[in-house]
Amino acid sequence: MAGGGAVIEARELRRTYQTSTGVVRRKRLEVEAVRGISFSVREGELFGLLGPNGAGKTTTIKMLITLLLPTSGEARVLGLDVVEHAREVRKRIGYVFGGDRGLYERLSARDNLRYFAELYGVSGKAQRARIDEVFELVGLKGREQERVEGYSRGMRQRLHIARGILHDPQVVFLDEPTIGVDPVGARELRQTIADLIAAGKTVLLTTHYMFEADALCDRIAVIARGQIVGEGTPDELKAGVAEGQITEIEVFGVDDAILARLRGVESVTAVTVEERDQKQLVIVQSTGERELTAPLLAQLDGVEVGRVSSREPTLEDAYVALVEAA
Amino acid sequence: MSALRIVWSGFVTNLKMLSTSSFFLLTSVVQPVIFATIAFYMFQSGGRSGTLLYAALGAGMMGVWSSTLFGSGGIIQWQRWQGTLELGVGAPPPMTLVYLPFSLANSFIGLYSMAATLAWGRIVFGVPLHFAHPWQFVLALAATVLSLGLMGLVLASTFILYRYANALSNLLEYPVWVASGLVFSTALLPEWTRPISWALPPYWGILAIRHAALGGPVWGPLAMVTLLGLAALGISILTFRLFERLARARATLALT
Repeated sequence: MAGGGAVIEARELRRTYQTSTGVVRRKRLEVEAVRGISFSVREGELFGLLGPNGAGKTTTIKMLITLLLPTSGEARVLGLDVVEHAREVRKRIGYVFGGDRGLYERLSARDNLRYFAELYGVSGKAQRARIDEVFELVGLKGREQERVEGYSRGMRQRLHIARGILHDPQVVFLDEPTIGVDPVGARELRQTIADLIAAGKTVLLTTHYMFEADALCDRIAVIARGQIVGEGTPDELKAGVAEGQITEIEVFGVDDAILARLRGVESVTAVTVEERDQKQLVIVQSTGERELTAPLLAQLDGVEVGRVSSREPTLEDAYVALVEAA
Repeated sequence: MSALRIVWSGFVTNLKMLSTSSFFLLTSVVQPVIFATIAFYMFQSGGRSGTLLYAALGAGMMGVWSSTLFGSGGIIQWQRWQGTLELGVGAPPPMTLVYLPFSLANSFIGLYSMAATLAWGRIVFGVPLHFAHPWQFVLALAATVLSLGLMGLVLASTFILYRYANALSNLLEYPVWVASGLVFSTALLPEWTRPISWALPPYWGILAIRHAALGGPVWGPLAMVTLLGLAALGISILTFRLFERLARARATLALT
């Protein structure tokens, strides 16, 4: 559970990328990926960074783990400046990126870990015991002699985590560790993450999955367009939209014009659409000051409507409201 | 001690990976044999059959250089594609130490070329494998491979910053063969090319190897190839440090 002082601190962190367009007349462009974000993570805390694709989550993590230099601002991990003391920071942290890449495919899982153990100074007698220990922890015991190229995505993710915690770092950065993993595998990975916290690690996690953040995180920062648009415990974030109401309407064929009309209904704060096979689910967030079913249905005139229901807001609703408002 | 462990571990790791790459092994063995065959016929038709070992050693070194050049350039690019480049850069040891064993392993694999060429020359063309100074030959070969590995490290560092530096690799293969005298003597080249040859470790390396095999002063060229190797190591420490910082500023470590 969250305890001591700040282990990760970001102050007015900013990062821009240079890019260009055109071939003959090249035009230089600047893209602001992270626009002055500040947050801190306490010792033993599991802190979540939530945001849509391109929000700046991975850029933020890469600055904190010393792979990118900030354009401006300051970041410290365990009190060490990530620019000035990059090597010292690297010794003390572990990081895991989601996805298939980032492993030596033609080597066995054990050879992969053996190599990284040397890079991180886990040598001699301790190495074999530690490698066995992390294989056990991530559930790859018995498969460690197989070449990584034959591993499933879930197994690769576990191996990523094993590599990230091999040197027993105090702080672990997990960038979408369950992405693309099947539900059973993802559940097991979440248990592994919970075990890290139980072992006293400080963890910064980015994820797209709200239930994952809700279940795991002590605190969450929602990031959108490079800025933090909301921060707090999952309950605090939900409370931000708790006074409101969520109306869900099943429809068959809804276009942008209709969605714009729904957004224009008085007391509506956000409208999103989820594709569900042949139908769509329109999720309407409102302040809850008035009954909205009739005015909303009036805007859907001409559209085939299915089930209509109301419910309490979830973390996902809080997230959507924050991102939409950004 | 820890640095030596990192070098050994990285060396073994890369050898394991290269040994499972049929493409890499094929080009290390088959390509030099083709070069050697061409060289043997050239030398035979020139009425210089007494220098077949001279040609075989040159062809073998061509393979060592190609292996170093494409292997060292390829390390970074291949690691970038595989997503392991950021792991190497984000690890605590300096980048030179992380990638030195990879570059050495590439040059070491180049020894396949030398072995394949000499074996081919002996079996097919009856080249006598009598070395004037066998131990000095082994020493010269080892120093040359090591030095080429260190030169490869400088090349590898440029790939940290430039995603498409493989164009540089493609450009450097043939000119270095020619300027180092691997195919024919550099005495045939214009005078102004001499300083270029002198700056290249393969030039001194093949000189030491040929002198050890056919007779001639070995220690002078051996000292030069060693010195140039150490100079390459010094340069690579600086370039890795500089290019790593620039790559972190310009975000060129990842593929996207």
